This record gives sequence, structure tokens and C-alpha cells, in this order.
Amino acid sequence: MARDVNQALAREFGLSADEYQRVLEIMGRTPSLTELGIFSVMWSEHCSYKSSRVWLKTLPTKAPWVIHGPGENAGVVDIGEGLAAVFKMESHNHPSFIEPYQGAATGVGGILRDVFTMGARPIANLNALRFGDPKLARTKRIVDGVVRGIGGYGNCVGVPTVGGEINFHPAYNGNPLVNAMTVGIADKTKIFLSAAAGIGNPVVYVGSKTGRDGIHGATMASAEFGKDAEEKRPTVQVGDPFVEKLLIEACLELMATDAIVAIQDMGAAGLTSSSVEMAGKGGVGIELELDHVPQRETGMSAYEMMLSESQERMLMVLRPDRQEVARAIFEKWELDFAVIGHLTETGRIVIKHKGQVEADIPLDPLAEQAPLYHRPTEETPKQARLGPVADTAGLGPALRTLMGCPDLCSRRWVWEQYDYTIGGQTVKRPGAADAAIVKLEGRTRALALTTDCTPRYVLADPEVGGAQAVAEAWRNITATGALPLAITDNMNFANPEKPRIMGQFAASIRGMSAACTALDFPVVSGNVSLYNETEGRPILPTPAIGGLGVLEDAAQAVGYGLTPGLSLVLVGATEGWLGQSLWLREIAGREEGAPPPVDLAAERRNGDFVRGEILAGRVAACHDVADGGLLVAVAEMALAGDTGATLERGGDAAYWYGEDQGRYVLATTDAAGVLARAQAAGVPARLLGSTGGALLTLPDGDTISLAELRRLHEAFLPAWMDGRAS
Amino acid sequence: MKAGIVVFPGINRERDMAIALERSAGHAPRMVWHRESDLSGLDLVVIPGGFSYGDYLRCGAMAAQSPIMGAIRAHAARGGHVLGVCNGFQILIEAGLLPGALLRNQGLRFLAMDCHLKVERADTDFTRHYQQGEVFRAPMAHGDGNYFAAPETLDRLEGEGRVIFRYATPTGEITPEANRNGSQRNIAGIASENLRVLGLMPHPEDLVDPLMGGEDGKPLFDSICAALAA
Repeated sequence: MARDVNQALAREFGLSADEYQRVLEIMGRTPSLTELGIFSVMWSEHCSYKSSRVWLKTLPTKAPWVIHGPGENAGVVDIGEGLAAVFKMESHNHPSFIEPYQGAATGVGGILRDVFTMGARPIANLNALRFGDPKLARTKRIVDGVVRGIGGYGNCVGVPTVGGEINFHPAYNGNPLVNAMTVGIADKTKIFLSAAAGIGNPVVYVGSKTGRDGIHGATMASAEFGKDAEEKRPTVQVGDPFVEKLLIEACLELMATDAIVAIQDMGAAGLTSSSVEMAGKGGVGIELELDHVPQRETGMSAYEMMLSESQERMLMVLRPDRQEVARAIFEKWELDFAVIGHLTETGRIVIKHKGQVEADIPLDPLAEQAPLYHRPTEETPKQARLGPVADTAGLGPALRTLMGCPDLCSRRWVWEQYDYTIGGQTVKRPGAADAAIVKLEGRTRALALTTDCTPRYVLADPEVGGAQAVAEAWRNITATGALPLAITDNMNFANPEKPRIMGQFAASIRGMSAACTALDFPVVSGNVSLYNETEGRPILPTPAIGGLGVLEDAAQAVGYGLTPGLSLVLVGATEGWLGQSLWLREIAGREEGAPPPVDLAAERRNGDFVRGEILAGRVAACHDVADGGLLVAVAEMALAGDTGATLERGGDAAYWYGEDQGRYVLATTDAAGVLARAQAAGVPARLLGSTGGALLTLPDGDTISLAELRRLHEAFLPAWMDGRAS
Repeated sequence: MKAGIVVFPGINRERDMAIALERSAGHAPRMVWHRESDLSGLDLVVIPGGFSYGDYLRCGAMAAQSPIMGAIRAHAARGGHVLGVCNGFQILIEAGLLPGALLRNQGLRFLAMDCHLKVERADTDFTRHYQQGEVFRAPMAHGDGNYFAAPETLDRLEGEGRVIFRYATPTGEITPEANRNGSQRNIAGIASENLRVLGLMPHPEDLVDPLMGGEDGKPLFDSICAALAA
């Protein structure tokens, strides 16, 4: 690929005229093709966070239990007993639109590597997915490919996929979101970092061979799609979960020795970003001899090797006296192992290939002079609070519609394609509790894991929506009895060069920050995906939150399935907030109004009360009240436990379908005690009904059999995707 | 009982299996790396679930050709006990230790769900702690578990009493609805002629602890541990 390097080529690589000018100043000459490639990917939105960095810095990231916050491959928190949880969520949105199976599969592979790179064995995967209008054939094809891809990869590597969420909305027609989260466990004194050290130490490449796939993937992920999106298919990588499995085992085996000085996976921008970041963080130079890079294809140029995003590869700096120990482990696992360079004291990255110097760049300016933009922001105008809405449907018909609609129907069809029992530690499976509960092998301790965001709230009021996403993650963890510890955030937004979009981003961060602070729930890792728009149509702003909590005793976890003979108690205040509710959208056909406000003090008070009741063993089942409101929450509890319920008389559609925040439904044998303690704690609570039988008796006397409700709830996905009844 | 779990590079349920065996036997099994060739001293050889060599084409086909299979065949020929679960079942079939084939699931999707298994024979070393005709729950998680064999092979397996488990409803009826992967005659698990080599698709090893939802799978491990206790 002999091409003249000039401003036109720089623009093709995604660099602006100003940015190219800065490259010329740093280099003091016209860069080579390889050098321009390196600058363009390192300065891409995806790798440099140039639009988002100023805002991300304002997020709360500290707590006594945080071991490593943002800036490493993943966040690390202390979970007790000398262990750390290592976790992060990352997007693979653009590739998943172009090639859904491989896009989603490699998204899972990439986030797994971010976690085991730090010395953690992955124990759980989750995914937060957003798709377009189900009426479109394309949406169906994307759902099918994404679900198969996530399953195909996760099932093969042997990490259980235990939770997640799915929304549908036409705003995602051209830009589905695939956010994958991995959680791993490590000895908290043995966390591996990426800062290179030790002049002369060998730089070692392990894993799969390098091919021509994924070249400039990071650049693709940093631009809007036009009509030609599908022509970008060659920039999507292809995953090999078998090799990933080998890589996990080999790396963890090597990490049990003292051979590794630093390690990083080759993710976006592959060899370029891993080598630049490792050397940059360590304040050293690095020299690579590309002739030693294991190659899958012949005749690859330096530019192609540096920009390839071939999957399942890692870069390590080893102690020279342990090099052969490491080689033996990788040979045992039949993986490529190659010394491709060494650390230098020059502070430069030097790339040699076939006896030529193909790149020679000073590392400090590459990092420090990376563009940073304070992009203009425009506030989203506040929406007026929704006025009264006439209920023409009635409670029963509305429940039947809501329980079967794409956003609320059962996700069984999805999770039945994911292996969620592997590992033998899954205490609460998908569909059993508000957060997945995964026990730590050989211990009583367990983690509670969830992903959450309500994009329609964020669109209507980004600040409230940002706070709500964090609060809902906290609430879902709390509803199992676990103590919420920290979050990872995956900020999916449209084109940041548009002030309205940047305003959404900034306001979401403000709302998230307030919630993180009020709930002692810091951000420890995250990822930003911008330019999620196609032909000018933006996605709903989607700050997806991945939450992690801990339970000292897995046996204390509660799910939301009802059993007979219990009383139902509602905790939290109900005003009947229908603005932006699913009832308003699905039943009244309107998407409007201000979203429900999030009272963070009440959130904290209510949640701490609920968790206390659960840990005291007084709660048999608990469910947070979220999408669809109170009646939907009770219906979900009834189906999960295959036990009916009779609700107290009274209340209108706003009461039963409003989406007021900070609420939980508890099932207990001791309603009087719960109500008395709630009152003493200043927490609103009221008796809601009782459990038993095979019917749901609604507050207006209407009844629905669980069999009918289940049929409605389970029908949509199997019928839509496979043309069969559930 | 001395049990060994064979670990091919892409096997991924070896720890689940080790936990289940240890729960019943009281001691940890030996992990046997696939390049080893000596299985002497083992009473039970287990091939657990996973994707032995990635298994992108025919599941278990590459593992069946690996050197350790010679040792496993010899162990079986000596009358030793072998248990293959999921990928392990696929490998035993590909290696010719059990008859038939495991095809893509009907519906062509990976299936991860609890199924119910009817115990067709409770007089084998693997099933004595179940009752004849008992139905128990087991998680399944596979893409290629659709058991297929020629009608005469199926007749012979049934005639010789070598069908050990069938997919059933919770009340024990053998119906198409209970047979999500589409297996011939609802077959979930079969044994060798001497009933000492057992292969099945579902994962009893993932249901041996009330905390994970039940102990339905535990009698299988209790059975084999009791049979081989010495």
C-alpha cells in the first residue's frame, strides 16, 4: 500500500486539518504511512476520548473499597476475604450493525480480555442490548445475529452469561447497541497492570496470529454511518472463542508465576494502542521488530500489522530470566509466543520491518498532545409534567398488552441461548432475581450483577435519566439483599459535534455523578461510544450502567418469585407518575412528559431499609418497581414463582402503571412487622395484597390466570424470531 | 474411588465436574491433561463438557483422534468406567465407544435450560441412587445434542436396555415437547454393552447443591462413588 501521506489521506483516516497540522509539528516532517496510521487511531474518538474526557473526569471514582478506578483495563474493587472483583462494560455497536454475529462475539471477547489481563478469572458475562423497531426485517436479523454471537462466544469460552437487558426503539434502527460486561475475580494483592518497566526487557506477543482483519476498526467506530455502512464489513473482526479460552488459561497460569512485568490485551487499534499505552504509562520507550510478529497472511506491511484488530492477542513485558518459563506455558496451550521487541530509554516508539524503520514517534507528545475538545453543549429543554390522562383501557386489558409488548415481554428466548449455569455457581439465574447472583467458588460469598438504563427517560431529561440509570442499578442489587459497591458505565451517544448531543452527554454525567455520590456507588471503569447515528438520525442517549454488589452469604439472596401464603408490601412513595411511562407509550400511544424524578435521599433510605429486612431474613421475595410500574412488577413476581396474588382494592391506572422511582415490592410472612419498621425508619410503605392460587386478582376485581399471563408474556420473541409459539 | 477428569484444551466444565465428584466422593478427582497417556490407577474416567478443540465443525471429532483416546479405549476395554457429559458424550460417540451421532439441535439454536430426565434403568453403577422411572431435573447447555442413530441401532439399544435417560415432562411422560433438541426417541443418555461407559447430554454436575436450585444431579455421582468405593 504505497500512498502519499498528505492532508487528504489524513482526512480519510479521520484526522481533522488541525489534528494533521499537530502531527506535522510533533514529527517535524511528513509522517510515514505507518506513523500517520498510528496517530489517526490513537487520536480517534474511540481511543483518545477527545470529546468526552473533560466530562468523564467529573465522575466520582473513589471509595475505600475501590482498588483501581478508571484508567486501567478494568475497574477493581475489594470484595472482602482478600479478593477483588475486576469488571468493565464495553460497546461493540458499530461492528454489530455491520456484521451482527461477529460484531457481538468479538465484543464479548474483547471485554473478557480486559478483565483477565488484570489477573482475574472471568466468572460472569452480562450484556445490555438496544435494537430498532421490531417491525423491520433488519432488526430481526440483527437480534438473531447478536444473540447467536454472544452465545457462540460466551458459551465456548465457558463463562456464564447471567444477565442483561434489552430495549427496542426505532431510534436504534441504524445503530443497535451491544454493550458487553465481564466480571472476574482475582487475589487483590495480585492485580496485573499495563505500565511497562525495565529497560531492555522483552516485549512478547502471545495468542492468535495477525491478519488483515479489523484494520481501522477504531476509526470506523469514531464516525457516523452513511448509506455505505455495509461496505465497511471488512473492518469487522472475526472471533475465535476457542483461542480465547486457551489464552485465558495460559495467561492465568503464567500470572501464577512472577514472570510478568506488564500486560495488556490488543483491543481497539491492536498492536498500536497496546504498545503505545504500555510504554507511555511506564514512561519508557519501545522498539518493535515486526518481522517477528506471528502472521496469518503473507506480505503484510508494517501499516497493516500495526493497525490490524485481529482478535485474541495479548502483549506482555516479561522478566528476561522468566522468558522460557512463559514460552513453555504458551507452547503447552498451543498458542503463538514471540519476542517482538524490547523496552528502550528513548521515550519513542520505533517500528522496524524488513530492515527499515517504518515509524519513529516520540511517545509523550503522542499522548499529551492528543486532541481534547470542550465541545459546545446545548441543554435539552425541560419537558412539562404530563397532565391528566384518561384511562380508556382499564387495568386488566392494559396489563395484558404491557406484559406482551417487546420492551416488557419475557427475555427467555434470549437467555435460553446463553449458557448461564456453567461454573456451577449461578445462585440466581436469569429471570429469577433483579440481579444475577453468582457465588465465588469454594466460598459462601457471592456477587450481585446487573445492567440498567432507561433511554427514554434520558432523552426526555438527560440529567434525571443519568441519575435514574445509576439508581436503578443500585436498586436492582439492593433488591437481592446485596450491598452495591461500584459501577462501570458505557456511554452510548450520537454525534458529539452537535451541541444538543454533547448537552445530553454532559447532563447525563451530572445526573450520574449525583446518584453515584448519594448512593456511595462510584464509577470504576467505563467506555464511551459516540457517533451512534445514521444519516443524521441519532440513537436515544444511552448511558448503560453495569452494577456490582456483594453478599457475604449467597444463601441470603432473594429472588422475585412469589410463593403462597405471603403478604405483599409496597415500599416507597407512589404519586402515579405517567410521564415517559411504558403505559403512556403502549396504551395511550404517547411518548411525552417529564420522566419520573429521582429523589436520591429517598432512594437511599428506602433501599437501605429493604436490604436490612432481607438480610434479617424477613423477606421471601423482592422486586424493584421499574418499567411498566407496580402492576407489572407484581405480575412478574407471580409468573416467576408460578403463584398468584390478590391485590387490595382501589387505585387508578396512574397508581398502578406510574413509574415513580425508589420503590420495591416485598413478599413477607410478617407484613405488620415490615410496616412498623418502615414507619420507624421514615420509609413509606403500605400493604398491597396477598399471595396464593393460580390467578392474579386485580384491584378492580378483574382476574387473569397465570397461564394466560404467561402465554402473553412469553409469546413475542419466539413467535417473532422463530415463528413459533413459546 | 479414584476418578480422573480428562481436560482437552477447550474443555470448560471440568471444575463443575470436579465439584460434583468431590461432593459425593469426599475427595478431589485427578485432573488429566489431554497429552497424558497413563490412566492407570483410575476407576472412573470422566470427559466433561466444553468445546474440546473449538468444535466449529463436528463436535468431538478432533478430540476423538487425540492420543489420550487410546488410553481411554484401553480403560474401557479393561472394564473400567467412563462418563462422558455433553462434549464428553460427543467425544465418546466420535471415538466409537458409544453408537449413533449427535446432530445440531432441531431449531438450530443453542439450548440452555433445565430439562427433565426419566431414569430408564436404575440398576447401573451410575444410577442406583435413583429410582426406576424417577424423573429428575438437569440443566442442559448445548448446540449439538440431537441424538440420532439408524432405527436398527435404536432398536438394539432399547432391546439391550442401554437407553439410560430420556427427555420427559416433569411427570415422566415422553413427549415431543419435552424433547427440545429433537433426539430420536427422546434419548438423552446411553450406555455401552457392559453398562460401564455412559454418555449423556445434560449436566447433572451443575445441580448438586440446593443453593444452585437443587440436588437432582447428585444421585448420579453418589451412585458411581458407591459402586466404585474401595
